[in-house]
Amino acid sequence: MYVIVAGGGKVGYYLTKALHGAGQEVTIIEKARRRFDLLQEEFGDAALLGDACEVTTLDQAGAARADLVAAVTGDDEDNLVICQMAKRKFNVKRVIARINNPKNEVTFQLLGIDETVSSTKLIYSLIEQEVEVADVIPLTALRRGHLELVEVALPEDSPAVNRRVRDLALPHNCMLAIVVRGETAESVHGDTVLRRGDIVVAITPSASVQQFRAALLGRGAPTA
Amino acid sequence: MHVVILGCGRVGATLAMMLAAEGHSVAIIDRDRESFRRLGRGFRGKTILGIGIDEDVLRKAGIERADGFAATTNGDNTNIMSAQIVKVKYKVPRVIARIYDPLRAEAYKELGIDTISPTLLGAGLCRDFLTGRPWRSIEEYQAVRETLPRSPGSERSR
Repeated sequence: MYVIVAGGGKVGYYLTKALHGAGQEVTIIEKARRRFDLLQEEFGDAALLGDACEVTTLDQAGAARADLVAAVTGDDEDNLVICQMAKRKFNVKRVIARINNPKNEVTFQLLGIDETVSSTKLIYSLIEQEVEVADVIPLTALRRGHLELVEVALPEDSPAVNRRVRDLALPHNCMLAIVVRGETAESVHGDTVLRRGDIVVAITPSASVQQFRAALLGRGAPTA
Repeated sequence: MHVVILGCGRVGATLAMMLAAEGHSVAIIDRDRESFRRLGRGFRGKTILGIGIDEDVLRKAGIERADGFAATTNGDNTNIMSAQIVKVKYKVPRVIARIYDPLRAEAYKELGIDTISPTLLGAGLCRDFLTGRPWRSIEEYQAVRETLPRSPGSERSR
């Protein structure tokens, strides 16, 4: 596999090092001379001095035969342009963009760049999980974040305990999928009676998480 | 009409003053408050402090009801990204991005973003003045292939 890494900052450096170590062919592009010298010292000919946003630089890097371009500079707009150029001018099959502002994830998708990685968002979601321990735990986002797969453990004071699922005031489009009791998991239906200590796995619209929490835990947002 | 301008440098500020003087509604965005001084005291448009790839800032400038958008910051990629957001998401009818790098300008023109490359335009105008040739059309000045020599060969193509 031939990979082009655009941006020789810390992310680009360690990514190149890891790919190199895994025996992949890599070129790393860096536009700042001083930083480039450092990269050349480490990676030799695999380092290329130039602006990855420019067609000529991508051409020199051999973008036409690249299997993957990863744009990992510190500027979202640069990463967007690098990915678009790689995709549209050189027909690179797979492009990955690092984004710094999580809001740009949606924008990148709108502009044709589907694979984005945001460290801000990753760290935030980890913190979010930590904060909501013993509460509603987000497992994964579905349908680009419109739906969420969540998990909740029912405490003694839960208003849902000893009630049938069909009698709960669940938000619209919310579905309880699985209940985990001890070592066993059962699928949930309308007649399932929930018990204390049950772990419920559910799918809920992201906008209705508060309502879901109220139905199963009897409280609103978690207290910090 | 309502026009949103991104970047209050010399070009952006001059454009803002021109349009305002013609009676158009103008909102101009820049990340540096100092740059608005270029507009002079008489400027009747709106000034917004912020970054143009941030949609909250664009909305503050009235992008949802804008008839035109011009991206004139000194960053080619900022201009490209904001122009695309405005065109694709907000469907503003007339969108133009100033792009210094002629090849990038050409690439995005192919992708449907109207671009103006001051590099080719400026150099071409100077050449025609110096050599005593008549002025040409903007399209001719901005045609990369006729103006620039072939790009260097692909070192790593094999």
